[in-house]
Amino acid sequence: MEANELLPQLFRTEYRKLVSVLCYLFGIEHIEQAEDIVSDTFLSATESWSLKGLPENPTGWLYTVAKNKTRNYLKRNTLFEQKLAAELNYNAPQGEEIDLDLSTKNIADSQLAMIFTVCNPCISNESQIALALNLLCGFGIQEIADAFLTTKEVIYKRVNRAKEKLKESQIKIQQPTLSEINDRLETVLTTLYLLFSEGYYSTSQNIPLRKDLCAEAMRLTHLLVENETTAKPVVNALFALMCFHASRFEARTNEQGEIILYQDQDETLWNQDLIDQGTYYLNQASTGTKLSTYHLEAGIAYWHTHKEDTPEKWENILQLYNHLLILEYSPIAALNRTFALAKTNGKQEAIREAEKLKLTDNYFYYSLLGNLYTNLDNNKALTQYEKALALAKSSADKALLLKTISCLIDP
Amino acid sequence: MNEFLLVIHRDLTSKDATPSPEQMQASIKPFQDWIGGIAAQNKLVNPPQRWDLGGRVIKQNSTVLNGPYAEIKESVGGLFLIRASDYDEAVEIAKGCPVLKWGAVVEVRMAMPTA
Repeated sequence: MEANELLPQLFRTEYRKLVSVLCYLFGIEHIEQAEDIVSDTFLSATESWSLKGLPENPTGWLYTVAKNKTRNYLKRNTLFEQKLAAELNYNAPQGEEIDLDLSTKNIADSQLAMIFTVCNPCISNESQIALALNLLCGFGIQEIADAFLTTKEVIYKRVNRAKEKLKESQIKIQQPTLSEINDRLETVLTTLYLLFSEGYYSTSQNIPLRKDLCAEAMRLTHLLVENETTAKPVVNALFALMCFHASRFEARTNEQGEIILYQDQDETLWNQDLIDQGTYYLNQASTGTKLSTYHLEAGIAYWHTHKEDTPEKWENILQLYNHLLILEYSPIAALNRTFALAKTNGKQEAIREAEKLKLTDNYFYYSLLGNLYTNLDNNKALTQYEKALALAKSSADKALLLKTISCLIDP
Repeated sequence: MNEFLLVIHRDLTSKDATPSPEQMQASIKPFQDWIGGIAAQNKLVNPPQRWDLGGRVIKQNSTVLNGPYAEIKESVGGLFLIRASDYDEAVEIAKGCPVLKWGAVVEVRMAMPTA
């Protein structure tokens, strides 16, 4: 592989590790210095590798250079060293010269500590996601802006404000204690879930980017699953949920990026490995006494990995949605529940229940009603689909609705 | 929107009024679907809670009686809070209670606004 292909790839995987390890060592106050050292390391690699060709062990090369740069930086900047002394002693053996521990274990520990730092409740959820993408996933500001369909400036501000906030609040980057895990795990999981959803339901047309977002959310969740202190049932449930959803990723859109509805998906494109993994982690999640929304959503997603319509499947899905809504209301869950109700109790009852929802500003509401009226009263179905079309925003949604409407008019 | 208390009273004492295990089983799904439907409208404030068959009744001169009943046969089987704009709507929701079929009584009470 050439340097110009390998470097972006290494940047994606190694940047975040080095930044996490350095922040773990320095503390959050020196986050910029950590990022500078790592950026500088990659700059050196670009220069050196284009002149001399690839080193034998590119990752090892990066680690060595990062270590040297850290050491030089600490020596050169005595003021910095003095300021840091107290904290460095906290994490490093006293009296020894600073050495950057880039063992697999320390990299995993550092990233775990960083997840809990970034998900500190002192910063807003949207900032947490931007910062997580930037620091923990190695996404550039432009990429994050693309994913959120916003400008570079907005994301830049968001990331910087979040960093300032962490510094102001003097958050310590450390292994989460048991009580912190209990207090903050929920926020961490929300962030990871939102990160995944951002990729899975993203309105961004950039498919490789969307897949990357999902993969990163899964990688970080997997870190939590692998660490014995954080591998709680709820974490396993979230990971199972992600596996089940991700298993259908390839089947959800066609080459033009258009959405393919569940019933029209090519099952052979479903990833069986991910389905098996999801099943494994869902079993792992089935301990303890607390039933979370992730458990219920993972259960629903599990049943969706069975393509054929059986009464058992839809009865289970309906009861899981009933339970989910009792725990936490959401309009999407309410609409999906009504669809499951149509499958179990019949369309007439589902229409009566759907009309009670009155989600008149939601285009899914009208497309659900359109779906329910189809073959019962196609004129009513058409009216509903047209209302949905008026509310649809993304071009993919509009295209899908137009297709459905034309099938209704001219079957 | 106001909050309403829905209390399901059932006759837990006389044998003939107690539903059979089959009837109980058959009522679980409609009951879950009914509650799910209320939750789907975002009108469930507090989910139903199951209550045991014991209970105590305290009277004026500090006498404490066993049993969940005072003078009447029915006692509290389930209790939860919903949101509705007025009594008409709350009653409409309560009418959907599938346990009514088995002789239960649903009591609807509007919460007094907090001062």
